[in-house]
Amino acid sequence: MDIKLININKSFKGQQVLRNVNMTFPKGRITCIMGASGTGKTTLANILMGLQEADSGEIHGLQDKKISAVFQEDRLIEHWDAIKNILLVCQAEVTKEMVDEELKNIGMAEYEGKAVKALSGGMRRRVALVRATLSDYDVLIMDEPFKGLDEALKKLVINYIKKKTKDKTVIIITHDKEEVALLDANVITIS
Amino acid sequence: MEVKQQDIHTKENKIKKFIVKLLVFSFWLLVWDIASRLINQELFLPSPKSVLITTYQLSTTSDFWFSIGNSFVRIVIGFSLGLAVGIFLAIVSYSSKLIKELISPLMRVIKATPVASFIILALVWISSVNLSILISFLMVLPVSFSNMLYGLHSTDEKLLEMARVFHLNRWKCIKAIYLPTVLPFIISAMSVGLGFSFKSGIAAEVIGRPINSIGLNLYEAKLYLMIKELFAWTLVIIVLSIIFEKLVMWVIKRFEYNEKPRENI
Repeated sequence: MDIKLININKSFKGQQVLRNVNMTFPKGRITCIMGASGTGKTTLANILMGLQEADSGEIHGLQDKKISAVFQEDRLIEHWDAIKNILLVCQAEVTKEMVDEELKNIGMAEYEGKAVKALSGGMRRRVALVRATLSDYDVLIMDEPFKGLDEALKKLVINYIKKKTKDKTVIIITHDKEEVALLDANVITIS
Repeated sequence: MEVKQQDIHTKENKIKKFIVKLLVFSFWLLVWDIASRLINQELFLPSPKSVLITTYQLSTTSDFWFSIGNSFVRIVIGFSLGLAVGIFLAIVSYSSKLIKELISPLMRVIKATPVASFIILALVWISSVNLSILISFLMVLPVSFSNMLYGLHSTDEKLLEMARVFHLNRWKCIKAIYLPTVLPFIISAMSVGLGFSFKSGIAAEVIGRPINSIGLNLYEAKLYLMIKELFAWTLVIIVLSIIFEKLVMWVIKRFEYNEKPRENI
């Protein structure tokens, strides 16, 4: 089932952030939400994640769906290592070895035994990405997931995401046209 | 190789710190000794040597150990109860605004009430034997409550949102998010509370005078002007308080090894 937003409105302290937003996210596809800064993209992501409530409007297709996320910030447990951070959100059948393999697939090296706060920004981002893809989910929502990655790494990570999220509903917030092209995604522009 | 050098460096630092502490201790012992020699009246200020001899003499009697045991157990019970109840009430207050509004003023009143008022009031309500338990409890309770509540309120909201999105269960939330945040606040409450509970517990015993207690011995030493005994018992309280604090901190540090933030795991 597609996810549909109908006439979503949201205001903060009297300022309207989202006005009559209508969108459809097709099932099993990657959809990118694009738009300039301050257009309410992150607010929209928070509403989809259930962290904020819309003032009015309807959301269809998200009921009883398991959501996974990459937040704008990494939101990792700083003093835990990468594997422990990822296993925290995973089902019991996901093993340490599986996580280790995924991290290596995404180009991570020399992260073992290190708390994530000692890792570089790019490595932390990749830990957040692997965490999101390894958790049990129906819909994956990512807010600027490739932020802080250099060009070569970005391509590697995008390919990894495409492979890992095949046939899953993915919503990505970005303002980078190149990322959208590489992702081969649907595009919705928010203004 | 680098790790070994680091180890040697850490050991050297520890030895240096120990030597500095020893020198500071010796300096104040010397000041005490000189002051006692200058005054030259054991009734006003006994020398460190005579206090140590008196402490040794007291320690050869069974009453000495009974008194220490009784007082120690009572104060530790009061301290532990105060800590546990304070933490529990803080958790309940954190989850319900109404309960927080109800409990917070009570804690402020307990915090602001002079310990002497509590001791006199409590003497009317309960037996002198249990007085030090109640007083230690009341002294630790508001400290552990406010520290724990403050710790809970400083939990990272963004991590809690992450936990909500990923549907983390309560135990995972506690282990990953709450515990590392509140642990330093609990340690601080314990450190402050330990000192409070010993001071107030002994003060309660001095007023309540339960048999076989440090407080009663202190009171009698003052009553019969046995100044050396007074100093000896004071020394015992200080040593007892330090040993207990070190013991508790050692246990916490062992626990912290798994939970406290650090660069490498």
